[in-house]
Amino acid sequence: MSSRNKILASWDSLWVIRGELSRRTYIMFALFGMLVPLAAWWGVSVSGWMDKVFMPGPMEVVSRAYTWFMDDELSHDIWISTYRVMAGFALSAVLAIPIGLMIGTYRPVQAMLEPLTDFIRYMPAVAFIPLVMLWVGIDESSKIAIIFIGTFFQMVLMVAEDVRRVPITQIEAAQTMGASRGEIVSLVIVPSAKPALLDTLRVTMGWAWTYLVVAELVAANSGLGYSILRAQRFMQTDKIFAGIILIGLIGLTIDQLFRWLHRRNFPWMYKK
Amino acid sequence: MTTKISIQAAHKTFGSGEKAIVALQEVNLEIGSNEFVTFVGASGCGKSTLLRCIGGLESLSSGSIKVDGETINGPGVDRAMVFQHYSLYPWLTVTENIKFSRQLRAGREDLTSSDVEAASGRADALINLMGLNHVRDAYPNQLSGGMQQRVAIARALLPRPQILLMDEPFGALDAQTREVMHDMILHVSKLEKTTIVFVTHDVEEAIYLGQRVVVMAPRPGRVDSIYQVDLPEQRDQDMKLAPGFLQQKKAILTRIRETAGMHTDYELLERMTQQAAQQNDMQ
Repeated sequence: MSSRNKILASWDSLWVIRGELSRRTYIMFALFGMLVPLAAWWGVSVSGWMDKVFMPGPMEVVSRAYTWFMDDELSHDIWISTYRVMAGFALSAVLAIPIGLMIGTYRPVQAMLEPLTDFIRYMPAVAFIPLVMLWVGIDESSKIAIIFIGTFFQMVLMVAEDVRRVPITQIEAAQTMGASRGEIVSLVIVPSAKPALLDTLRVTMGWAWTYLVVAELVAANSGLGYSILRAQRFMQTDKIFAGIILIGLIGLTIDQLFRWLHRRNFPWMYKK
Repeated sequence: MTTKISIQAAHKTFGSGEKAIVALQEVNLEIGSNEFVTFVGASGCGKSTLLRCIGGLESLSSGSIKVDGETINGPGVDRAMVFQHYSLYPWLTVTENIKFSRQLRAGREDLTSSDVEAASGRADALINLMGLNHVRDAYPNQLSGGMQQRVAIARALLPRPQILLMDEPFGALDAQTREVMHDMILHVSKLEKTTIVFVTHDVEEAIYLGQRVVVMAPRPGRVDSIYQVDLPEQRDQDMKLAPGFLQQKKAILTRIRETAGMHTDYELLERMTQQAAQQNDMQ
């Protein structure tokens, strides 16, 4: 009876609001969270409730990914898609960071650009495809342009917000020490906002990947998004699954890379 | 004593039209060289606004503030400021924070190489003076609140400002740390010969530190009265319990209460007591 009470008590202690969890328990719960959907997927696929054509099992998807890799240029698809996402993302970061910095620092720039950006970001990126095809053409730059349109406007607003979150006392302290406006921007605002900016880049990188399939709607003949679209035409649901999961895995890897960069570049945030 | 800061007919209004708030009305005040003046007053009395105007972070609506006879126009390296919190740069170590003003052009313009060397020695001297030697390579978020404020003070003192403006610098610290900081800042003011203008809401702190205590009153913000503090130059914590100290503290507290227009509503407390008693009876 008492051992039962003990188990109940330790079970209850897991559910303390904002409580602590040991690393081992955390990993157990994380694995559980990942394995349950996987098992459910596998269960549905072997039960025969759904036609295999529509619901391939995990093993079919893995073997399809393998043949895609061996006979069908999977590595090229991954490379070209990564290139498109990176190029669109880099282009939007290179422009959004200085513009967002100016919006967050100078009121007239904010008044001039923020309402406009706010307006444009609600326009669906997909709707720009016909225009992009007419203006940019159908080569690589059109795919990059779609990813750019999908991420740039959001990124500008998020960068501006990061910049505005720099505590005013950090800026005023520099003013009382005789800093010029340029010095305040380069020595206080930029270094102070940097960790938040890297987080913004990490989040928008995720969005850039979600626009990949849209971008590869435009006259593509390779890439993960394109392969997913083409697989639908041939009823290759296993390939659709494989493509989606691959995009997820690449995204997860890049996300972890950003987190690692964050820990490496801002050690002062992690020391206590 | 020569006049260091001269405030003449200072007016400051925030907003305009019906919503205008008069933060400072007709403030006239002279602060002497190497004087330690403290400002107290109910919230909204404009004590922080006045300090920020002296620092050049806000500008007056009319009137003038002169330092050594020259009207100020914006912030300047002769007037350093210490804020209540969040003013340190978390990405810089303690030493880098203290040396921050050395990176700025304003502090470098007319320096010779021997000046640069002296400034480096100056940083070390301040680190020693503030008892920061063992944490010189730590980051601000690794330090306690008291230690962080020592760094902020050292950083402000680095370019040898003639005036140190302090805006409730110890307001977020616990009582014991605050006492230590009081004796530290008195010591610093003597060694560095800086004029210190110190804003606080703690009357005891104001008397203990100040040679004069300026009481300000709200709506509109103005100087209400000025108290000369009659304590020996070398202060110590026991003086806070001396009859003279307590008398002055009472006088100032009473004056602040009168100007605040706020008081305990004893009628309300009485009604609450009666209601509670009735409810107990019913049970």
